[in-house]
Amino acid sequence: MLSPWFLCRNEDLKEMLESNKESLKLEAMKRIVGLIAKGKNASELFPAVVKNVASKNIELKKLVYVYLVRYAEEQQDLALLSISTFQRALKDPNQLIRASALRVLSSIRVPIIVPIMMLAIKEAATDLSPYVRKTAAHAIQKLYSLDPDQKEHLIEVIEKLLKDKSTLVAGSVVMAFEEVCPDRIDLIHKNYRKLCNLLVDVEEWGQVVIIHMLTRYARTQFVSPWREDAVFDENSAKAFYDSEEERRVDQSKPYIMDPDHRLLLRNTKPLLQSRNTAVVMAVSQLYWHLAPKHELSIITKSLVRLLRSHREVQYIVLQNIATMSIQRKGMFEPFMKSFYVRSTDATHIKTLKLEILTNLANEANISTILREFQTYVKSQDKAFAAATIQAIGCCATNISEVTDTCLNGLVLLLSNRDETVVAESVVVIKKLLQTQPSQHSDIIKHMAKLFDNITVPMARASILWLMGEYCEHVPKIAPDVLRKMAKTFTDEEDIVKLQIVNLAAKLYLTNSKQTKLLTQYILNLGKYDQNYDIRDRTRFIRQLIVPNEKSGALSKYARRILMAPKPAPVLQSAFKDRDRFQLGTLSHTLNSQASGYLELSDWPAVAPDQSVRNVEVVEPVRLPCIYLVFKDNVKNFDAVSWPVCVSLQASSPVFVPETSHELLHRMTGKGLSAQYRFTRQPCIYGNSMVSLQLTLSNSTDQALENIHISEKSSTGQNIHRFNAIERLEPQASVTVSMGVDFNDSTQAANFQLCTKEDEFSVSIQPAVGELLLPITMSEADFTKEQGKLVGMNESSATITMTPENVSSQSVNRKVVSVANLGVIPSGQENIYRFSGKTVSSGSLVLVSVVLKDPDAVITINTEKTVMGSMLLRQVKTALTNSGP
Amino acid sequence: MIHSLFLVNASGDIFLEKHWKSVVSRSVCDYFFEAVERATEPENVPPVIPTPHHCLINVLRQRIYFVAVIQSEVPPLFVIEFLHRVVDTFQDYFGVCTEAAVKDNVVVVYELLEEMLDNGFPLATESNILKELIKPPTILRTVVNTITGSTNVGEQLPTGQLSVVPWRRTGVKYTNNEAYFDVVEEIDAIIDKSGSTITAEIQGVIDACVKLTGMPDLTLSFMNPRLLDDVSFHPCVRFKRWEAERILSFVPPDGNFRLLSYHVSSQNLVAIPVYVKHNISFREGSSQGRFELTLGPKQTMGKAVESVLVSSQLPRGVLNANLSPSQGTYTFDPVTKLLSWDVGKINPQKLPSLKGSMSLQTGASKPDENPTINLQFKIQQLAVSGLKVNRLDMYGEKYKPFKGIKYMTKAGKFQVRT
Repeated sequence: MLSPWFLCRNEDLKEMLESNKESLKLEAMKRIVGLIAKGKNASELFPAVVKNVASKNIELKKLVYVYLVRYAEEQQDLALLSISTFQRALKDPNQLIRASALRVLSSIRVPIIVPIMMLAIKEAATDLSPYVRKTAAHAIQKLYSLDPDQKEHLIEVIEKLLKDKSTLVAGSVVMAFEEVCPDRIDLIHKNYRKLCNLLVDVEEWGQVVIIHMLTRYARTQFVSPWREDAVFDENSAKAFYDSEEERRVDQSKPYIMDPDHRLLLRNTKPLLQSRNTAVVMAVSQLYWHLAPKHELSIITKSLVRLLRSHREVQYIVLQNIATMSIQRKGMFEPFMKSFYVRSTDATHIKTLKLEILTNLANEANISTILREFQTYVKSQDKAFAAATIQAIGCCATNISEVTDTCLNGLVLLLSNRDETVVAESVVVIKKLLQTQPSQHSDIIKHMAKLFDNITVPMARASILWLMGEYCEHVPKIAPDVLRKMAKTFTDEEDIVKLQIVNLAAKLYLTNSKQTKLLTQYILNLGKYDQNYDIRDRTRFIRQLIVPNEKSGALSKYARRILMAPKPAPVLQSAFKDRDRFQLGTLSHTLNSQASGYLELSDWPAVAPDQSVRNVEVVEPVRLPCIYLVFKDNVKNFDAVSWPVCVSLQASSPVFVPETSHELLHRMTGKGLSAQYRFTRQPCIYGNSMVSLQLTLSNSTDQALENIHISEKSSTGQNIHRFNAIERLEPQASVTVSMGVDFNDSTQAANFQLCTKEDEFSVSIQPAVGELLLPITMSEADFTKEQGKLVGMNESSATITMTPENVSSQSVNRKVVSVANLGVIPSGQENIYRFSGKTVSSGSLVLVSVVLKDPDAVITINTEKTVMGSMLLRQVKTALTNSGP
Repeated sequence: MIHSLFLVNASGDIFLEKHWKSVVSRSVCDYFFEAVERATEPENVPPVIPTPHHCLINVLRQRIYFVAVIQSEVPPLFVIEFLHRVVDTFQDYFGVCTEAAVKDNVVVVYELLEEMLDNGFPLATESNILKELIKPPTILRTVVNTITGSTNVGEQLPTGQLSVVPWRRTGVKYTNNEAYFDVVEEIDAIIDKSGSTITAEIQGVIDACVKLTGMPDLTLSFMNPRLLDDVSFHPCVRFKRWEAERILSFVPPDGNFRLLSYHVSSQNLVAIPVYVKHNISFREGSSQGRFELTLGPKQTMGKAVESVLVSSQLPRGVLNANLSPSQGTYTFDPVTKLLSWDVGKINPQKLPSLKGSMSLQTGASKPDENPTINLQFKIQQLAVSGLKVNRLDMYGEKYKPFKGIKYMTKAGKFQVRT
């Protein structure tokens, strides 16, 4: 229920949003964002806010975006109103605006716009700006979570983006890969080396993701560097280092590390020096899971360094060190003192440090560790003191040399004033004694003496249990204890009472002469106890041990039941089984599998094919590159290994006409209209093709599906079809590129343009000027070549120029607008020279215009005489026509 | 990755929430509040708290909990590191990161969070880049904006985002070109009862404040680089050059940044600059305890030890303390039992001391452990490890910058057990 105050407040916000003043709108939006931040519901303002999505004010626009992303899911229909704005923004020349439009568009979780998102992602994936491509990679994950059915298409985009060489994109696309198709390891092969080499320059967050992915990859592709024959001895690490070389030689089948495996280890190593703790941890786990054992030591220092960082970082790092230290003590032993506990540490940090110290303990350092533990036992934090006692117990069981020392120390603690400490000591002593009871009857005696002063029920119960269990070692004291207990039975806690009954039963079985009466007294007390557990136990014990006519076969076995030797409890680390998880992961921290956890596979026995990672040296030049190059000058273009005729180097077009020609009218195309224009660029699909740009628009009110060029087309020309367009929304249009090999003739290319339902025959009739590509050459070369192409290869005509065409600019413009030719800088005034080559055969086409006021002589020299005469006609008309 | 973020203050109110994917109800924080209740101290809240459907990863800074909601597998350090980066950014923008500062600048905070994460994955975390996208609020800018109607939000993609030096913005101009470097070393130590050192380490950082025009390329060399045992760098430092020549070569970010942090290992002997003489005792049976503490300089290389602050958590049985300091002031909080003594500067001729008695709860038994003493101090113009900067050179620009190096030694986690 909304309060009236809230309603009226929203009313005034609405008014502000609908005002004409930018500042008022901005103020309103700021207040709305404030509401969202506080978690208040502002969804009813949606219509008023969404109107401002196209605002010119960039801050206002961004705030509207924030609002949209927050509420679009709840107001799907209204959210659709904003979509067209984003579609427009996706074409904006400013890369920041393109990127943020894509970000918001993909963040609007409205299933209806999935196709639009898909289209936008595909387009953005080929954008010139790496920032936009990065955004596209992020959008992939969003779309995937919105509609998992798009997986196949998204994988295509991921595949394309994985090839991207920009460091900005790498991290994001690997993230998308991990989310959408982590099992498609085959996509990584070709990019593996590139990722390894880029890694150092990728932004830090990307590094973490890439390193984790590469760890998984490496475990599937390389054989284990941990040789079974070289059992690594923890304590002789140095000796191993020294003799490593000789050992290698000795081995009949030496292990040789795959160079790619080595590359990964080598390229990640510098990242141990990163300031980002997540990166350091990621590299550490990579080394832990992939590096040969003797190379592991380099990660130790870096991990210890992280312990200086924030409390939360310490927690995670200590957890991982705890797991590592179980398997390999040697790694962290030199840094033992870094794990000493300070009184200011948080409790969970203290516990972890204890855990690690316990793991690191060995014969050599145990005395140091125990001395350190002694200070901890006195800590004011009693929970920590109790944990320390547990740790001492662990050390005592693990290292048999110190068991006695530990026991004695623990016994001293029994006179401690704090109950928790005493209780914990008793419990630990009990566990320790269970492992070797015979030698320790004096300890049991000592405990019996202290018994009167111990008040913690758990501790009392433990001592009683010990008495009963080892009553044969203390035959005199045990009955006396029982006697005392009989007196205080009614005042004891329940667990103590149970143990008294237990003790009585055991003594009755071993020493019935002395304890028969006592036992019966206790059993009687137990029989009328308030607690039914105790009553039950008493009844059971009585039937078991006191033989009478009703007792069954069981009582014969009473001794064997009660006095059976009991296995000693195993004191082991809580981190023992954590190594089943990849280090540094959330699952490892939680010690349970988190959703989306990707398991590390075991090393393969035989290495899979190594050659899959080989990359061909010459890669197809991608579209964005070409555009970039053309914007620059000719020289740069040479740098790209574009296959051109050796002598004729293509240059950028001087002039690209904007005019487009109709391919399919919307009336004949049942709503689908198509226009084409010549881009005058070298075609990326084939050297002999002419590059075309096709703009398809849908003027119906239904979406058109599966627009493509039919396979069975044409009049012999080789056509490179554009990729089928899945879906074209109403009123939307899309631009695609295609290539046609016209074979240097002006014969039209005919083909069928198909939609899901219809087929339309269309044809493209090229002007002869479009079948050329401009080339550059010097004036001297021009005259030389011209001299070779005389006779029937030359066609010329004399025309009368209109006065306004006489200027040099206008002649150049007229000629290059008709034909795709390059202008040759001329040393003489009245002579203009142009050169080009035919697209298919690469034959030279030379055009010269010589002005002899008022006339002009046009000469065209080319082997392709038909083309020459056609070109002559066109140039003639162009130069005689007035107008632009 | 990161699904949502909740900011929770010390009294347990959620005062800001932000979602990057579908909205997660704030009731998820109930699990967090449970954990807070269970913990005795705010610091004891476990950083990772599993819940049935999510996982909460939190960091505590400036008495604010930053609680991130995670739904699937992600390296926990990734989230923790990012949250700390968020706090650093807030501090950078607003001077302090307090509840009031966040609430006052909620719009900027939201714009920042929007830029820093996209779909839960970090997008721009570099301060130089963020500052070009969203200008930090200043009074002057607020006034100008209200008059001219311009905004704090940049319209162009920050140049850094695409360049090979993403940490530096282009077109930097200063009239006074200056570069300051602070070498700050902290001593972490545990001293035992008898005054001998159990463990001591030196952790150092070099913080820089660089205000240089254009694209300067700096190199910094040390007299004794071998001292540095383990180092981590700002991304701007060229690692190869360091490996080969032990020289720091870098194009610095604009403004304040941490160039390097290093570690001088415990294997090297660490000079401990102060000693503490203590006599803290409780007599069995009586309700009185003695307390005596004297501080003195040890190995200070002739420099003065300043801003000394002693603090100690006295045992719970202590009711009150009646002490008299020879210099400085002391306070004792009878509730938290925290004793702190602000000593100031140590005068070697007249050593500061704190003497007196403690009254214990009558009938309570004698505490079995003596309190540990935490020490803080500063020594100006000294790097205790002996590290020295040799020279700083600049290439790539023509002007002559003003350069400055400052050394300082501080106590880190410096504890004396008694």
